[in-house]
Amino acid sequence: MTQTTDASLEGKTLRLPGAAMTEPELDAWFVREVLPLEASLMQYLNRNWQDSSQVEDFRQDVYIKAYEAARNERPKSVRSFVFAIARNLLIDKVRRSQIVPIETAVDLDALNIAADEPGAERSVIARDELRLVKSALERLPKRCREAVTLRKIDGLSTREIAVRMGVSPRTVDAHLVEGYAHLADILYGQPDVADKKA
Amino acid sequence: MSDQMQSQQPQSASEIRVRASEWLVKRYDSEGWSDSDQTQLNSWLAEASAHKIAYLRVEAASKRADRLGALRRPAPAPGRLIPALKIVAVAAAIVVIFGASFFATQRGVPEKTYVTGIGGHETLTLRDGSRIELNTDTSLRVADSGAKRVVSLEKGEAYFQIVHDATHPFVVLAGNHRVTDLGTRFLVRRNNDTLRVSLLEGRAQFDTEDSHGKQQATLNPGDVVIATTTSLSITQAPTQTLDDQLGWRRGVLVFRHATLAEAAAEFNRYNPQKIVVADSHIARLNINGALRANDPKAFVRSMKVFFDLRVEERPDTIILSR
Repeated sequence: MTQTTDASLEGKTLRLPGAAMTEPELDAWFVREVLPLEASLMQYLNRNWQDSSQVEDFRQDVYIKAYEAARNERPKSVRSFVFAIARNLLIDKVRRSQIVPIETAVDLDALNIAADEPGAERSVIARDELRLVKSALERLPKRCREAVTLRKIDGLSTREIAVRMGVSPRTVDAHLVEGYAHLADILYGQPDVADKKA
Repeated sequence: MSDQMQSQQPQSASEIRVRASEWLVKRYDSEGWSDSDQTQLNSWLAEASAHKIAYLRVEAASKRADRLGALRRPAPAPGRLIPALKIVAVAAAIVVIFGASFFATQRGVPEKTYVTGIGGHETLTLRDGSRIELNTDTSLRVADSGAKRVVSLEKGEAYFQIVHDATHPFVVLAGNHRVTDLGTRFLVRRNNDTLRVSLLEGRAQFDTEDSHGKQQATLNPGDVVIATTTSLSITQAPTQTLDDQLGWRRGVLVFRHATLAEAAAEFNRYNPQKIVVADSHIARLNINGALRANDPKAFVRSMKVFFDLRVEERPDTIILSR
């Protein structure tokens, strides 16, 4: 966003209604603009939906809708755009399931405020990224943490990690797979309380 | 998502997330990435937006983790792994300390006290990766020397996600009761003389000692122990009930056929402005639903509307009557 090329491109895109994005632009936009909203989005979905096992699927549906809609027209305010999608999705599910309609309706009304208030993600940018990632690493299950540490900190290959950990390369891969999946959840979905206080 | 796409992609978001991570590891971390692998990945990504999104997300996270390379130690020698990991662990443990006071017990194990106020909610991570979430108005002491992991719950409620370590069992003390984990997730709530322990996953041992002597029980997932100074009961609770008990982790209180008096008492744990039910008849009204723990006014408004109650608001209290 500080890059001038990027900023001028943004300006142009915004002025053209219905301007489409190319695939790489769309991907970069998703990572840069949408993923940082995940913590707020998850909080919003969790607060408004009792069955926490469905929330990850909700989040995916919100992302799909945002990604596909942005392909054809880049939204002006990403935050209100994403939360409007989430809100409509929740209303839709509530109508179909009839679960705690009273309280959910109350919270849905409060959504417009939630979508406007500056979220925690604003300050994420200013924070020490290394410390954040380190703290996320610390929260991984033990074996995953070891594998990811050896890979990312020590820069070892899978085979070297396997020797160090006394397991097969296949097992190392499995630890890394689990480790990265968790890292994504932590880094985007649930930054640590301690970091918020910093 | 269109119906056609759903029928092609019956996988859950969670499964797609793991699949995306598998692709990522295969591409960047494993050996022998071929053109045919790339073609397969491309077609998987093109198959559904869900795939593309999951891949972008895990790839972005992995790239962010590349910054950890800044912590690289010069020529890591075999055998240095464990101390090095500990350095990272200790650094992170220091970061999570909030309002902690330090003192040492007679046995010399350093302890830290963690306290949350009314309406508070904090998470702390121990050096082994175990996590403890403190609910409102909670105080607990942690002795985590590495060799010994002991937590004393003085008051309030905490949710434990414990990394199993057979050689260093994790112990929670509360009054004359003790929970010893065998690798678990569990919830402990201490309210005056009553202790409630709910086991969500794994196994744990519950010990209690009262005037009648010692009692011991092994807990399995779904077991809920209610212990008072004079009684001990263990019941099997459905998953739903355990989920409800954990509602506070996402800021909500879940009531299923609770009385108004019970619901008011729950709200009062979280808020300085106390709800007073001034009429014994309305105290038995039946409450269902999920409500924000920090918004007693919204709860009172619903009561007013649905049960036609009178509401009198004062600085410290909200009085409900017929």
